[in-house]
Amino acid sequence: MMKIISRALVFVGTLLVTTAVFAAEAPKPVLNPGDAAWMLTSTALVLLMTIPGLALFYGGLVGKKNIVSTISQSFMITCVVTLIWFVCGYSLTFGEGGLVIGDLSKLFLKGVDVAALNTTIPETVFICYQLTFAIITAALICGSIVERINFSALFIFVVLWVIFVYAPIGHMVWGGGYLSKLGVLDYAGGTVVHINSGVAGLVAALVIGKRKSKARPHNIALTMIGASMLWVGWFGFNAGSAVAANGSAGMAMLVTQIAAATAGIAWMLIEWFAGEKKPSLLGMCSGAVAGLVAITPASGFVAPSAAFFIGLAAGVICYLTCTKLKSAFGYDDSLDVFGIHALGGALGAILTGVFASKAIGGTAGLLEGNAAQVKLQLIGVGVTLLYTAIVTYIILKVVDLITPLRASDANERDGLDLSQHGEQIN
Amino acid sequence: MKLITAIVKPEQAENVKKALNKIGVDGLTMTDVKGYGRQKGHTEFYRGSEYEVAFLPKTKLEIAVSSKKYSKVLETIQKTARTGKIGDGKIFVTNLAAVIRIRTGEKGDKAI
Repeated sequence: MMKIISRALVFVGTLLVTTAVFAAEAPKPVLNPGDAAWMLTSTALVLLMTIPGLALFYGGLVGKKNIVSTISQSFMITCVVTLIWFVCGYSLTFGEGGLVIGDLSKLFLKGVDVAALNTTIPETVFICYQLTFAIITAALICGSIVERINFSALFIFVVLWVIFVYAPIGHMVWGGGYLSKLGVLDYAGGTVVHINSGVAGLVAALVIGKRKSKARPHNIALTMIGASMLWVGWFGFNAGSAVAANGSAGMAMLVTQIAAATAGIAWMLIEWFAGEKKPSLLGMCSGAVAGLVAITPASGFVAPSAAFFIGLAAGVICYLTCTKLKSAFGYDDSLDVFGIHALGGALGAILTGVFASKAIGGTAGLLEGNAAQVKLQLIGVGVTLLYTAIVTYIILKVVDLITPLRASDANERDGLDLSQHGEQIN
Repeated sequence: MKLITAIVKPEQAENVKKALNKIGVDGLTMTDVKGYGRQKGHTEFYRGSEYEVAFLPKTKLEIAVSSKKYSKVLETIQKTARTGKIGDGKIFVTNLAAVIRIRTGEKGDKAI
């Protein structure tokens, strides 16, 4: 017995000494199996958000003759963005580089070996995890241009967009670039994913133009399944953005759930008592997604009570943009990527500056006396919005020179399923 | 011989079929169809956008019957398909020139 105790003491002693040595030498990253396990899981969850989550969410909302087209966009983008990420996307986003974009030091993932670490997890896992964000951001854009986008134009657009828009914005916010140096807070992608995709979607919808006729959503049940997968996957998205299995991840998960539920209820109640007089399933799903979007930049920085207010604001404001603003201006952001993602993302980014709590995420917000954070958040929103809008516009014009952005009128009339893919559901 | 074409509410179709079985109707053809009558369509709302749905789903039943049986069949369909609300549907009756059972080559009433 004594032997065991003395052995244990020696072991603890050695552990203390090694820890002290590491602390003195400072950051030599050490693999943490718990963190690695959670990030492997999160990666799978976020990939599931796009295929089949987002694919079904969008697929149910289009007409029956365009579902194959709509879900194949998400699937194609998953494949294409993966290759871009492998070739140069990861390096351009997370390579050292400068204030705007990374570098080409990890072209074709050069130098990434089995022992490479990013903080406490294998770099391989970090690469995959971040890839799933690039995938869903590009796939989200499609919601603005469904039922009329030419598939080959979309293919080329996605390649250029990930390189020239996603990578710089990702680098500026998360890769050590301009916005992160400034101190802009974005826990899981309010700017990088949601403002980015929402603004790109609106620009694309304006350049490509309206659909000839608006089809009634053909299967709301698919949309609910997709929305639910997005919700579940969002735990990987937000709680995974801690890049560790720790208290910050737990708090991010909790506020995510509260914001989604609040926004779902808020949207439903407005429809029920002020709008169309019925509590619609699509309203609940749309509200929940708006809440998830809005809490994304804030998760990890705010308390559960703030999540309630962020969810409430997202439900109300996104309802108004999707129903009133859209019809007032007459743009055909078909599945409300701008209304839910850009507006919800901007709202969340700004409210992060209001509700950020020093005790939770290390930075104080307006309510704790740090008004400057709101200004920083506004800069983050503004830079993303302007950069994305301008560069997306240029990319669209370039693609249009190569192949028409818009499917022919005949193709649109017949439905893109049959005309562009030669397949249809029965 | 008569051909009865009944357009009924989809939720009533099963009742009609059961009642017809009871009075000895051994076969019918059922098709999902869309159309409108006095009921017209309805409106649906998706994220605040209004959609007019002009054609409503109905079930079309086609039944070939002998002249002897046909008034009984008509009465049964009317009784079981009726809910009393607008949109219950219609029954059309046409004269049937010939019926042939493909397998045996039987003709007329025997083939029904």
